[in-house]
Amino acid sequence: MALSITEQAAARVKDFLANRGKGIGVRLGVKTSGCSGMAYVIEFVDDINELEDEVFESNGVKIVVDKKSLVYLDGTEMDFTKEGLNEGFKFTNPNEKDSCGCGESFTV
Amino acid sequence: MALLQIAEPGQSTKPHEHRLAVGIDLGTTNSLVATVRSGVSETLPDENGQHLLPSVVRYQKDSVEVGDAAKAHAVDDPLNTIVSIKRLMGRGIDDLKTLSHQLPYQFAETESSVPRIMTAAGDKTAVEVSADILKALKLRSEQTLGDELVGAVITVPAYFDDAQRQATKDAAKLAGINVLRLLNEPTAAAVAYGLDSGREGVVAIYDLGGGTFDISILRLKQGVFEVLATGGDSALGGDDFDHAIAEWIMSQAGLDKASISHSTARLLLREACKAKQALSDTESVELNIVLDEKQTWFGSLNRDTFNQLVDPLIKKTMMSCRRALRDSAVDKDDVMDVVMVGGSTRCLRVREQVGAFFARDPLVTIDPDKVVAIGAATQANALAGNNPDGDMLLLDVLPLSLGIETMGGLVEKIIQRNTPIPVSRAQNFTTYKDGQTAMAIQVVQGERELVSDCRSLARFELRGFPPQVAGAARIRVTFQVDADGLLNVSASEETSGVKAQVEVKPSYGLSDTEIETMLRDSMEHAGEDKDARSLREQQVEADRVIEALDAALADDGDEMLSSDEKDAILAARHQLQTAREQASDSKQLKQAMAALEKASASYVARRMNASVQKSMAGHKVEEFKSEESEL
Repeated sequence: MALSITEQAAARVKDFLANRGKGIGVRLGVKTSGCSGMAYVIEFVDDINELEDEVFESNGVKIVVDKKSLVYLDGTEMDFTKEGLNEGFKFTNPNEKDSCGCGESFTV
Repeated sequence: MALLQIAEPGQSTKPHEHRLAVGIDLGTTNSLVATVRSGVSETLPDENGQHLLPSVVRYQKDSVEVGDAAKAHAVDDPLNTIVSIKRLMGRGIDDLKTLSHQLPYQFAETESSVPRIMTAAGDKTAVEVSADILKALKLRSEQTLGDELVGAVITVPAYFDDAQRQATKDAAKLAGINVLRLLNEPTAAAVAYGLDSGREGVVAIYDLGGGTFDISILRLKQGVFEVLATGGDSALGGDDFDHAIAEWIMSQAGLDKASISHSTARLLLREACKAKQALSDTESVELNIVLDEKQTWFGSLNRDTFNQLVDPLIKKTMMSCRRALRDSAVDKDDVMDVVMVGGSTRCLRVREQVGAFFARDPLVTIDPDKVVAIGAATQANALAGNNPDGDMLLLDVLPLSLGIETMGGLVEKIIQRNTPIPVSRAQNFTTYKDGQTAMAIQVVQGERELVSDCRSLARFELRGFPPQVAGAARIRVTFQVDADGLLNVSASEETSGVKAQVEVKPSYGLSDTEIETMLRDSMEHAGEDKDARSLREQQVEADRVIEALDAALADDGDEMLSSDEKDAILAARHQLQTAREQASDSKQLKQAMAALEKASASYVARRMNASVQKSMAGHKVEEFKSEESEL
């Protein structure tokens, strides 16, 4: 089981962490909500829960995922892209079968 | 697929529930929009990567252009290309007289008190023009963030008055923006540097733009910013640096100021500006100016010379700083941090001098053009509910005292200037004449003692309270200023419960220059004002005495007084009347009043006895005794 982050996304995450002044990495997760069932979550990480969390390292960034979410996220790559004026993080998730038009939620 | 941002731990929003909020710096020359993404507050660029949107709007028959596209036509289509509209926000027709020489526009003749600029797309008010700038920024944010905005924090100068703040809110409403809050520009700059989460203490915000200078002194206490004082110079900025350099070039090149053409003057200013910017990085710049086909001037300007040229200008800003410090009653040593705002603070000499004045290094790490928008975005993010830990409560301050007119054209200040807002203050007033059933309440703004020297904001009447003797009615006047600086005045007569109120949205406001002038006047005329006030008070008192005397004489003067006595009283009354009309200081009036009092002393005593006898007639002495013992 593993998750990865592209170089570009890693660089942005490091910038954001430096700017924030604290935090050890990013937490990826899923929530059961949204129009297609599941929604992605990205948060800064200040504390790791030893019992529930798995920690991966990719391109120098610690990615923290709780075990429940990992089932849905295994093999996911996190990227940072620009679309027109908008910019942000994007997931390529092999588990994803369908996503809603907004892209914020998906089904497995 | 939507692009996601990193949230704070535990604060991820559900899909479609992101609360997008932006901070907008609606400037005189340029405007900016910023937002918080992945924990970072940053300004948003347009598709060409430009962060600054020139605050210029050009109206054509069927289209509206905003920003650079409009600015390009400022010279060839000046009547339809509106610049610096911020100076007109909240202003009335009356204000145009003092401003119009700076404004090239044609104003429509209208009945309304709001000036309308005639353009190819019809008449436009300042609010409409500002709304078009805000619309452009709103569009940019929504394109960038991919969703609708929950709201925005818009910054305004700390000296903006009620009318100017209301006009800014109206413009936002017209642009379809929900205003979370209007925020003072200096406060936003302090927030951008995170000073709100730092040590408690005093912070100075030094804002030197292209054409204006503002200094604000803030105090952070228990996570709350309070504006202690503001000051500045509305006609001093980086442009003056350019002028100083251009004049130096002219003297070096042997050019006569009067004889050079407009295009040469513009060229010199452009070169001067370039030289100024270059001197931030190098010790000396080579100047190479093609004056015409035959003449090219070569020269060099080094930092020392440049410093000599701009030092007098920088010194002027220091004087404002000193005044603001005195106003806020803080010592220079108490200032913990100095925040630099405005493009002109990139100039090294400015940083040096400010650093020397406050004896500490000013904060310069955030782009001084963007710092206000960045702070506004931070505040917007917190207000939109994205950052429950950091709920800031920012206090602003009243730029000028608010009060009402009392008898004799005197001002009774209800809320003093520099009071933090929101605030509510009440004061009791009473009637001046017997049987009075109505009272006019004139709301004024300013520091002077006489109404005629202050600005009138509104006038309303409290009517229909029961007639009583003078001084018996209890009229409570309440002033309320909300967080956005808008004023609500209400009055109620307490025995009858009659109420009246007015919301002050005056049709025109005050510029920073006027506010400054008003403040300066109040200091310069302090002594004069005190004398004028005491004279007016004596005049009001004299009127009251004469009126009471006349009423008494009409009542029982002939029965109680011999004709000699009456003549003596009337003579003293006449003298008081003359003194009332002619006296130029309160002393004379006081003497005349004392004379009348003396002349009528025995009459007053007799009347008093008569009225006591009247009220006791028919009663026995015992009755009074027993009443007394009961007490």
